[in-house]
Amino acid sequence: MRWGTASADDRMVEIAGDPDGGELLEISMGPHHPSTHGVFRMNVQLEGERVMRLKPVFGYLHRNHEQIAEKVSYLASIPYTDRLDYLCSMTNNWAYALSVEKLAGIAVPERAEYVRVIVAELTRLQNHASLIGFLMQDMGASGTPLMYAFREREKILDLFEQLSGARMMCNYMRFGGVRVDPSADWLNGVRALTGAFPRFLNEFEKLLMENEILISRTQGVGVLSRELAVNAGITGPMLRASGVNYDVRKVDGYGIYERFQFRVPLGEHGDVYDRYMMRVLEMRESVKILEQALAGIPGGPVMDPKARLRGLRPKAGEAYGRIESPKGELGFFLISDGTTNPYRYRVRPPSLINLTVLEDMCLGRSVADIVVTLGSVDIVLGEVDR
Amino acid sequence: MLGEGIVKGLGETARNFFGSFVGKERLTTVQFPEERLIQPEATRVFPFLIYDTDDMEKGLRCVACKICEVECPPKCITIEKSTEKKPDYAGKPQFFPAKFDIDVSVCMSCQICVEVCPFEAIKMDTAFELSTDDRFGGLLWQKDRLAKPNAYYHTIHPTEAAAVDEELAEKKAKAEAKPAAPAANTGAAAVR
Repeated sequence: MRWGTASADDRMVEIAGDPDGGELLEISMGPHHPSTHGVFRMNVQLEGERVMRLKPVFGYLHRNHEQIAEKVSYLASIPYTDRLDYLCSMTNNWAYALSVEKLAGIAVPERAEYVRVIVAELTRLQNHASLIGFLMQDMGASGTPLMYAFREREKILDLFEQLSGARMMCNYMRFGGVRVDPSADWLNGVRALTGAFPRFLNEFEKLLMENEILISRTQGVGVLSRELAVNAGITGPMLRASGVNYDVRKVDGYGIYERFQFRVPLGEHGDVYDRYMMRVLEMRESVKILEQALAGIPGGPVMDPKARLRGLRPKAGEAYGRIESPKGELGFFLISDGTTNPYRYRVRPPSLINLTVLEDMCLGRSVADIVVTLGSVDIVLGEVDR
Repeated sequence: MLGEGIVKGLGETARNFFGSFVGKERLTTVQFPEERLIQPEATRVFPFLIYDTDDMEKGLRCVACKICEVECPPKCITIEKSTEKKPDYAGKPQFFPAKFDIDVSVCMSCQICVEVCPFEAIKMDTAFELSTDDRFGGLLWQKDRLAKPNAYYHTIHPTEAAAVDEELAEKKAKAEAKPAAPAANTGAAAVR
């Protein structure tokens, strides 16, 4: 539902007779601010309430991820990738495993491909649900939507724990397959969750979709134009909210995604509301993919018997593997020089690149809108700073 | 009408609030530590060393090959090899770790050590309340604290432990059959 016709400009207040003689007020939002989703700082220059300049400052959570990965073996990097975007360790594992598989030419068994799709879509569900919760939290709905989202997320994390032994740091995928074969019980657990999830989505939509406060706080706020989104290399739900039909699952068809019927939701306005709706609609599509994957999962091994985990020495060369992580295109670029460690290891993090257009989305808006816009970008600082 | 959406949303909240008194699905919190969830079998928290029989020194499966020390991503394992040898489960003389330390504060519970160990000597524990007031000594665990009997492994991961025992028994049987194998070979050659 779109409510009202107020455009962005109507709500802007002109400051008459500025006593500071037009000087800007510089404030620092963060790095310890509840709305910044981690240790992230924004240098904001204000004229009254209006944002004139905004400079994002990253790096507070820098952990030398890429350098560490160049010093340890290919296998030992996998647990480190969990810690990039710590909400979606499964998709991080997959992107890394995919690029090593490309580099070393390792095949993945059929069953493992299905299991990967299942855990990746579960990851997408829990990421999007908690993102909407956090976005509402930023708008002042303290608790309720976030707790409802976390209640659902908890069920998915329980499934991850049963499968991999850890709730968030799953360390589950390996080049050449996945580490543990899911039991029939586990798959039935996923079936039950997939069956019940649309009910939660309906409930969630009823709770929020027509809420007038949500609509007035998000529609027309933080608009990202189609051209800028493409030029800045924005990916994921944020790009699709601006109306660009680009989903790596469709474009690359990595894994076995071309076998599944699903639609890619697109927005028109590129504002915070569209980005929010994009997540809701993507969750519905993920449920569809999960249903198809659960129906079609074959038997067989989940690990390529020829795959070598310890002491893997890919031939000298380079490979770039990318997947559609819940936040956008997550890619790993690896250069091998024939030893057990990668010569170069580079992450293309969606959070960081999506964050670069923050200033363009916030200029001319009020401070309260920065918080909402940042919330809609969906960042995890573990991935931004690495 | 303005405010209709908010009222609808509040209706949903009310349904959840009153529903939490009757149904377990809407009330998912657990009053830890009085109430505790049952941990899944796959749970992994921190590695421990397995020993067979009752004697920790004699029964330790670890042969100090240092593969886990090399593969450990955060490098939290320190191993010193012994100078003399002791017999392993199959009776073959092997080195053993004179020193085996794991720094609990560095370990990130990734399970890579378990995966790379060829001797089934290191496994993941499920105990998670490990906080201590001794910042250095209390977090650097030595061999005697890390070693736990195989029976303990059976209590925390029953399915996995049974599979491991079977595999080791098979290996042992193979190792015992080996001295006879060359004789069989020469016998075959003689016939030819």
